[in-house]
Amino acid sequence: MDEIKKDLQNPSKATHQDYFGRTITYICIAFVGLLVISILYFITTRGIATFTTNHVSLWKFLSGTNWNPGLLDKHGNPQIGALPMIVTSFSVTILAAVVATPFALGVALFMTEIAPEKGTKILQPVIELLVGIPSVVYGFIGLSVIVPLIRHTFGGTGFGILAGTLVLFVMVLPTITSLSVDSIKAVPMFYRSASLALGATRWQTIYKVVLRAATPGILTAVIFGMSRAFGEALAVQMVIGNAVLMPHGLLTPSSTLTSQLTTGIGNTTMGTLPNNALWSLALILLLMSLVFNILVRFIGKKGSLKK
Amino acid sequence: MQNYSFDDTHIIDMPLEKVLTTDNLQVFYGDNHAMHDATLEFPRYRITALIGASGSGKSTYLRCLNRMNDRIATVKGKIMYRDTDINSQNINVYEVRKHISMVFQRPNPFAKSIRENITFALKRNGIKDKNELNKRVEESLKAAALWDEVKDELDKSALALSGGQAQRLCIARCVAMKPDILLLDEPASALDPISTAKIEETLQQLRKNYSIIIVTHNMQQASRIADYTAFFHMGHVLEFDETEKLFTNPQIKATEDYISGNFG
Repeated sequence: MDEIKKDLQNPSKATHQDYFGRTITYICIAFVGLLVISILYFITTRGIATFTTNHVSLWKFLSGTNWNPGLLDKHGNPQIGALPMIVTSFSVTILAAVVATPFALGVALFMTEIAPEKGTKILQPVIELLVGIPSVVYGFIGLSVIVPLIRHTFGGTGFGILAGTLVLFVMVLPTITSLSVDSIKAVPMFYRSASLALGATRWQTIYKVVLRAATPGILTAVIFGMSRAFGEALAVQMVIGNAVLMPHGLLTPSSTLTSQLTTGIGNTTMGTLPNNALWSLALILLLMSLVFNILVRFIGKKGSLKK
Repeated sequence: MQNYSFDDTHIIDMPLEKVLTTDNLQVFYGDNHAMHDATLEFPRYRITALIGASGSGKSTYLRCLNRMNDRIATVKGKIMYRDTDINSQNINVYEVRKHISMVFQRPNPFAKSIRENITFALKRNGIKDKNELNKRVEESLKAAALWDEVKDELDKSALALSGGQAQRLCIARCVAMKPDILLLDEPASALDPISTAKIEETLQQLRKNYSIIIVTHNMQQASRIADYTAFFHMGHVLEFDETEKLFTNPQIKATEDYISGNFG
């Protein structure tokens, strides 16, 4: 009797393990937090240096169309207009998402609603394989297949937004598909039963009930796909043409934020204006991925079923 | 819904040996005051039923008794067990739960074999001797009236059991730890009548060695198995008495309306 009373009031091995485990998780959290904060701090300070140390106006940076950080224009101002890259980055991202989403949804519906068995047996591994292919391989295929194809079909060099879009389309397809599959699978079975029992056809059930319920998840999938496309550097760099020019259409060579970063970062000296300008591009990328993240959270919150 | 006065209560003093008492127990979910002033005394080696409508606070109250509300709600007041206030901060909750065990509404066996479901907690509490473990498995399965049905397939997955069997396994799992008190949160509400009858039979057997507190929606069940019954309404305990008295001659209007079905 007293033994138990004593046990109740004193810490045991279990409570010590509890403290130990909790301490470890706190340490890990602190480390990861520190990592994130230092990355943010580093990129922000470097990225802002263009405007604080080199006194380039933010507006000129965002709206200028001449990118030549090593040289001054005739008024003696540095030529760092990032608009062409911003435009190109957004164009390839949005176009890739627009092209990929219907395909991804089709595949996802096939895998979940139409042929779940074949879907999980055959398509699932295929999609996982697509995710695993290194981006340089995608870029190489783009360079040796898509670019010549565009050159022969439409003329020009073949490099440009169209080639970038097509490569990114294949790259974001598995991301959007697998996330959509997850969200469609998460739609409870009884929604389908209820709809079918009311006399709805299979297609009506899929379109009006399943897809509606899965919409927040699908939007999240699309945004994840977009953020992947926005951040992809290597594959895009190989097919986009890497000329910092305002794109005049889908077929003219251009350059994205990421491709300019990968081509430029090795050729500049730390602390100089050309280097700082590249960090400013990185800052834009960081802010954009932040925006994508916030969008995903926002949609997740808005879309979840209210109790 | 008709308004009943919360000041009008009929709560008897426990004449028998008490195993657990709560003194002015209050529960808050954030700002929501879910349980007001629950002062009850539970007898040793008896079954006490907590009845009341959905949302009356009976499950919330039950979950306080072995500190399962720790991370969910703020619980104020005293829970006295072995002359110790187990609701105070410096209490070792893991020890509390060894002695005050809980069975949940949905049968929740682990995805392990039947034997491992029972030995899981025992092993974690330092019992390593094979013979002792086997003995405990047999004892607890017999206590939960499941032994005859599963004795030849102890190493099969517990997930293959029927709902009623799984729930009795969950009871056996608790009994194996030899607790003082068994808390049951609507243990039969997900089961068919035959399984329910078996669970009730099991509880009657366990009553000899354990003090049982059971939350139930089913008033017949309460009247069949419980020695004492408490009636909860909107976060208040309105009546606590011997089961027979409470059901045949309720002292409070709300209790009377509830058990006669005129509620609401």
